[in-house]
Order: sequence, then C-alpha cells, then structure tokens
Amino acid sequence: MKLITAVVKPHRLDEIKEALQAFGVHGLTVTEASGYGRQRGHTEVYRGAEYTVDLVPKIRIEVLAEDDDAEQLIDVIVKAARTGKIGDGKVWSLPVETAVRVRTGERGPDAL
Amino acid sequence: MAPAIMMAADKVELSPANTGFMLICSALVMLMTPGLAFFYGGMVRVKSTLNMLMMSFISLGIVTILWVLFGFSLAFGKDSGGIIGWTSDWVGLSGVDKGDLWVLGETTYNIPLLVFFVFQLMFAIITPALISGALADRVKFSAWALFIALWATVVYFPVAHWVWADGGWAFDLGVIDFAGGTAVHINAGAAALGVILVIGKRVGFKKDPMRPHSLPLVMLGAGLLWFGWFGFNAGSWLGNDDGVGSLMFVNTQVATAAAMLSWLIYEKIRHGAFTTLGAASGAVAGLVAITPSGGAVSPVGAIAVGAIAGLLCAMAVGLKYKFGYDDSLDVVGVHLVGGVVGSLLIGFFASGKGQSEVEGLFYGGGLTQFWKQCAGVFVVLFYSLIVSAILAFILDKTIGMRVSEDDEVAGIDQAEHAETAYDFSGAGGGAARTAAAAPAAEAASKKVDA
Repeated sequence: MKLITAVVKPHRLDEIKEALQAFGVHGLTVTEASGYGRQRGHTEVYRGAEYTVDLVPKIRIEVLAEDDDAEQLIDVIVKAARTGKIGDGKVWSLPVETAVRVRTGERGPDAL
Repeated sequence: MAPAIMMAADKVELSPANTGFMLICSALVMLMTPGLAFFYGGMVRVKSTLNMLMMSFISLGIVTILWVLFGFSLAFGKDSGGIIGWTSDWVGLSGVDKGDLWVLGETTYNIPLLVFFVFQLMFAIITPALISGALADRVKFSAWALFIALWATVVYFPVAHWVWADGGWAFDLGVIDFAGGTAVHINAGAAALGVILVIGKRVGFKKDPMRPHSLPLVMLGAGLLWFGWFGFNAGSWLGNDDGVGSLMFVNTQVATAAAMLSWLIYEKIRHGAFTTLGAASGAVAGLVAITPSGGAVSPVGAIAVGAIAGLLCAMAVGLKYKFGYDDSLDVVGVHLVGGVVGSLLIGFFASGKGQSEVEGLFYGGGLTQFWKQCAGVFVVLFYSLIVSAILAFILDKTIGMRVSEDDEVAGIDQAEHAETAYDFSGAGGGAARTAAAAPAAEAASKKVDA
C-alpha cells in the first residue's frame, strides 16, 4: 500500500475530490496547512508598509492506495490540482506497512 | 462653537427640537468610542485585541465619573486667566436644576445645561481613547487607567476650556475650532507622540510583521465612527436654528468622501492597490480634518479640505518607519496631521458664509485668520506633547508603564485581562474551574461512584 500526500492550493479541493471520486477512491483526509515553496509567499501592503507573508494557506490531502493504483492516482491528483501558476504545490507517496478499518478490524488492502 | 442665539437670558425658552437633537447627538458621539475600539482592535494582532478594545472602553468609565465630579467645572466653569474654569455649583452637578438652560458668557442657549454637559462628556471620553492606538500591545492596563485620569485632568479639561469656554484664551482670540480639531485631535495626537517617545517601541517593531488581524473589524469601526461623527460635528452648534448645523452635517459627509478617495488614489499610485485599510483610514482622516473647519468652509471647500487631508495623512503614516517612533496604529499620522491640516486650512478656505463672517486667504480675508489658527494649533500641540510626556515619564518611573517583555510577546490579553479574543480550539479549550462549574463536576463524579 501507499500513502499519497498532496499539498496544494485550497481552491482546487473540489476538483481534486471529484477526480478522486471518478477514479473510485472512497475516502480521503483533508487538513488545512500553511507553508511555502519556491514562490516564497506573497506581499501585502498596510498603510504603505509592505509585509512578506511567507506562510501561505494550503490544504493537505491524504489518500491510501493499493500499490498498483498509486502512480495513476498521483497523476489524477496532479492533473486536478494544476493551475499552471507558481505555488501549485507538491504530491508524493510513501510505503505503508499496514492499515486497519476501525469498525470491522479488516486489515491491509481490505481496509481501504 | 459660537453664539447661536443672541438674546437676554429671560427671553430664551427651551427648544424641544434642539434638546431632542442634542440628546441624539450625544448618543451618537458615545457610539464613536466603541467604534474607535473596533477600528483600533481590528488593526492589532490577535494576541492584543481585547486590550485594545478595553483601552477605549475604560475611558467610558473613568472620564464619566471625573466629568461629573470636577471635569465639567474645570472645562466650562467660570474662567480664571483664560487658562482654567471652576464653578463649584457644578461639582457633582449638585447646584444644577434639570430645567437650567446652558449659558456661555452672554449667550443663553435653548437647550438645558444637562444636555450640554452630557454632549461634552462624550468628547472628553473619546479624546483620551484616541491616544491608545499609538500604545498598542505594550502598556500595563492599570498604568493606562491612571494615565487617562491624570491626562483628562491636566490636559483635556484645560485645553477644552481654552478652545470652547467663555474666557478661554483661544476662544477669545478667535481661533476657530468647530468640533474639536485642536481640543480633540491635535490634543490626542500630540499626547500620543509624547507618550511613545517615553515608553518606546513594541518588541519586534520594524522586524516582525505586525499586520492587522481583522480588517472587517476595522471597517465596522470606521463605519461607526463615520456615523457617530455626524453627532460630533453637526451637534457642536448645539442646535440648528440658523442652519449652520446642516452645513456642518453636509460638509462632514463631503470631506470624508473626498479624503477616502484621495487616500485610495495615492496608495494605488504609490503602492499598487486600493486597500481596505486605506479606505477606512482615509475616511477617518477626512472626518478629523473637517471637524474644526466644517462650519467655516463651503461644500466645495470641504472637498478641498478632505482631499488634502487624505493625501497628507496617507503620506504621513510612513514617517514612523523613517524616524523610528512606534506610533503603532498611526494616531500621530492621522489625528495629529489631520487635525493640523483641517485647522490651518480654515485660514485659506473660510468662506465667510458659514458659522461667522471670517474669511480666509482664498476668499479675500488675508492671512489674519491663518495666524490665529497657527496660535491655537501649536500651543495645544506643544502643551499636550510636553505634559503627556511628563505624565508618562512619572508613571513609568513609579508604577511602570509597560508590561514585561515576556508578557508582551506572549500576548497582553492573557497577561492583563486573563482572556483571549477568539477561541480557536474546536472543543472550547480546557476544563472550567469556576464556582458555577464545581457543583456540576461534583454531581458527575458522584454518578460515577454510584
């Protein structure tokens, strides 16, 4: 199994959810996050004083997937998240040892 | 303020219209102080929101009591040497009958003394509250409370006497200050400068970002100020028998509109965006500038006063970074500069068709009025600046003006008020330890035992 994590622009959430549902993903976790990448935040002006806001709002989406689906799922997320502008975010995956569905106790791929 | 009705005292009858109007105006001016609290409260960081609100609210408490006890008497009582007043009958309002009409020198107004008393009280409340914006995040609440009481007594009450009371030197000289450009705004702005020069900067000034935590709150505050300011300005004629109150009302709206636009245009050109904070600040700058001048200028003059004030204040708020004084929320940049601009422009734009026949330079009156305005402006400015700095110095050396650096960094709300403005925890935070919660907790534990 793989854990796919995507840190992307908040306003792309709906598109990503729809794309994942179309792919057949039944569950995901979303958290509000903040951070910066190469765009280094943005500038705001208050009464002429410029502030660099380096931590910009992002969302972090986490999805568990079977090994065979992982690469394709990453492509689905990347496609739905992309605006082509700076600050679109990143997607990565990690191996997962085990997963349990709490209600039934099912383990491994059955728990997805 | 100037005589509205010149008649012998026994011929003046109470005007229900003016009395009702003035009571409404008093309530409007009262609302400006909470409005100011929101205006400032939105501009600070989350951790000092409540302290900023409270610095204004506490003035409603302290100054009201002082005003009843002796403030009104010091400000508007029988004059001594043009400097200060005193009428012992007014101490605690003990010798005042509810039907007594307000008398200023030779002039009897058709509103009760009690109405004038409460209207002027609202001015005395908001003036010290205005100072608080410069002191954000760092002043001990007890020291601030004491400062308000002392400052009102030795600065506001005398200055209000100079400018508005019969026999006050500025009043007798002919300095025009319709609703408080000198007595309120220059006074508060200069005091703010005096205090911050003594107490110093916030921790992290010019290094840490200190952006406003809630611009909607700032806009709400600016809206309440704008609304209440109609009472502040139009009410300062103490009635509307001759239409001067209406002129002031119109000019208040016109100058504020012009100032908001000029601030926005300036910052669009200079910084690239029309900001919300710029709109709110420009509006306040216009309100400040029209406060002394709105009775003297024409509506076209009001456009000029507002536009000039909006532009100059927008430029002035950057000075603190250049000179390194931490005027946190720009009390100096908006109120002092706006007040000076409005007061001095009377010398150019007074039309002779408003509150008096005084004409400014552009209406053929020469510079006579301008020099009078200068006298009022700079005497009040330096008096307030120096005395306020001395008061802050004394308080700092005795009880201390500032909270500890740790408390300031962690947040003054928790340190001074044992509260936080917003609950960001989903579950509502930790367990309650109040007397009311104790029985409930006891009952719950008993149930478990059984």
